[in-house]
Amino acid sequence: MANARKLRILVAKPGLDGHDRGARVVARAFRDAGFEVIYTGCHQTPEQIVSTAIQEDVDLIGLSILSGAHRYSFPRIMELLKENNAQDISVIGGGIFPLEDIPTLKAAGIKELFEPGAKLSDIIDWVGTNIIPRREAE
Amino acid sequence: MGKEVHSESALDRVEKEHAEWLEEYRKAVKKVPERTNRFSTVSDLEIKPLYTPLDIQNKDFFEEVGFPGKYPYTRGVQSTMYRARHWTMRMFAGLGNADDTNQRFHYLINHGETGLSTAFDFPTLMGYDTSSPLARGECGKCGVAIDTVEDMGRLFANINLEEVTTSMTINPPASIMWAMYIANAERQGFSRKKLGGTIQNDCLKEFIAQKTLMLPPGPSLRLVTDTVEFGTREVPRWNTISISGYHIREAGATAVQELAFTIYDGITYVEEAIKRGLKVDDFACRLSFFWNSHIDFFEEIAKMRASRRLWARLMKERFGAKDPRSMLMRFHTQTAGCSLTAQEPYNNVIRTTMEGLAAVLGGTQSLHTNSLDEVYMIPSEQAALIALRTQQVIAEETGVTNVIDPLGGSYFVEALTDKMEEEALAYIRKLDELGGMVAAIERDYPQMEIADAAFHFQKQIESGEKTVIGVNKYLSDRPDLEFVLKIDDEIERNQIERTERFKENRDKAAFQKAMDELRRRCEGPPCWDNNVMPALIDAVRAGATEQECCDLYRDVFGTYTDPGSF
Repeated sequence: MANARKLRILVAKPGLDGHDRGARVVARAFRDAGFEVIYTGCHQTPEQIVSTAIQEDVDLIGLSILSGAHRYSFPRIMELLKENNAQDISVIGGGIFPLEDIPTLKAAGIKELFEPGAKLSDIIDWVGTNIIPRREAE
Repeated sequence: MGKEVHSESALDRVEKEHAEWLEEYRKAVKKVPERTNRFSTVSDLEIKPLYTPLDIQNKDFFEEVGFPGKYPYTRGVQSTMYRARHWTMRMFAGLGNADDTNQRFHYLINHGETGLSTAFDFPTLMGYDTSSPLARGECGKCGVAIDTVEDMGRLFANINLEEVTTSMTINPPASIMWAMYIANAERQGFSRKKLGGTIQNDCLKEFIAQKTLMLPPGPSLRLVTDTVEFGTREVPRWNTISISGYHIREAGATAVQELAFTIYDGITYVEEAIKRGLKVDDFACRLSFFWNSHIDFFEEIAKMRASRRLWARLMKERFGAKDPRSMLMRFHTQTAGCSLTAQEPYNNVIRTTMEGLAAVLGGTQSLHTNSLDEVYMIPSEQAALIALRTQQVIAEETGVTNVIDPLGGSYFVEALTDKMEEEALAYIRKLDELGGMVAAIERDYPQMEIADAAFHFQKQIESGEKTVIGVNKYLSDRPDLEFVLKIDDEIERNQIERTERFKENRDKAAFQKAMDELRRRCEGPPCWDNNVMPALIDAVRAGATEQECCDLYRDVFGTYTDPGSF
């Protein structure tokens, strides 16, 4: 791991909702945990998110949404990553989801979903355990 | 209270006996220690073990507390409060399309709600029609989709708009939705002079917290002032702004930050209207407020009591208002969505009950109580009914409405009310120093104050310093909810088709003429002759969709995007 670069994470807000409390708290916690963090701000389309993720060469996208439009935007982001040969960027999500949507989103390729009440320490541990940098430091 | 209600010798005795009691308290906690090192509110305001007349001895009863309906209105804005009429039970509702939401409105009215409150979906809130590529997947999910005046007609079908008051949570496109509401009401034969209700129309808190962003701050304020000016002249029973702390609090602010930033937003709107040439006593009585009622019971009551006193004094002293109605802080309250938990969701009924009770003891004019299922989805009918019944139980069973401001005179509540006011005033001075709210927003000041508070609170949850039952204490496997609302993905296609048909059938020449006039007014200097409202009413009557009007705004005024700081 000595040569491994720091994990680079894109925290992104797809959809039109402005509930950014969770995204901003998680972005800060990732930064404090030693990850490199880029935050998109609110109101991003799936196309914008995938394009930023590729440009910024991130290892992980953390999506936050509370509008209910995850059934469209999450699978669309997975589709666009595939189209751009960037399937090796992992994607996780957080926000408000009816329980029955969770298996569908996981089947679409979202690695993990964190619900309201999730602890920052659990999210950080999960990332530390499950995500490795896509390439070594140059 | 001070010497006007306690004799000096009585206060001396209190001081002596308080010292004796404190001595005993200290001895006692040596044997059985206090439960925690530091007792504080949910906003992290430190709380002492006991409050006595000493805590409010420097406060004058007549100046600070007084009587309901009398300046500075600490005890309530009306002399009778809930002994004459309960607060308006106004459940925030919006789901699917206009017909679905109309059905929900009738359901709630039939079960005893007394005012309407409209939740729009995100495309509507952001100024996009359902057909916009940016709207994919959002239609009807978080509120009702409204593209046209025809949708507005179906939304309020079979409702007497001169009898019921309607609140609409809409911000950058507020002028357009209000124009649609007025156009529809007049088509139904109602008079605009008799329409009562509220548009949220509080653009400043969008930059600070809610992030429904469209135009830059300057043009946003111009449009808000247009609506204030139009309402003052044409729709006298309408509240043209609901100056909102709710979303500031949900974004993570403390109670004091919610109070201070919201009041300062109010100051800014008053200044803008005065700059337009309006007289403070002509419009201030139609400004209303919107507070969050969070889980810390006394802190919320103190905040609401302090807000009335603070606003009354500002209106009188800073703006020279003469009409007592200009000084009244009339407010709506919603219980705190962010206090609800996905874990053991049935406990949310209990939280909402406590928060609703705090709003009532704080003297609210109207109330929305959250549904227990809002941690998964917007409310199902079953959950919304429990939430409405919660208000009805508070109003009609518990007896708390028999007396006005029952906590007035409580040493603790009065001291906490004073503390809220003092700390809010410190923020207000800071915002004055920064050059006002727009300058502060441009420096990211309120946004980062809130982000800091949100992060601090989250850390307190994780360390166990603050407790959330079912989340960081007493964990269990949660039961599945019996009811979670489903919104059919198909409604998006139907809505797009309906709006397309509507556009095909409109008179193209009349539409173009109305849009040209709207553009002329937007491009002109702000004044009554360029007020957008009359042109908007004509435009939506001629078939302009919400997005067509917003696109015109975006074209003339430019756009604003979230800077994405954290």
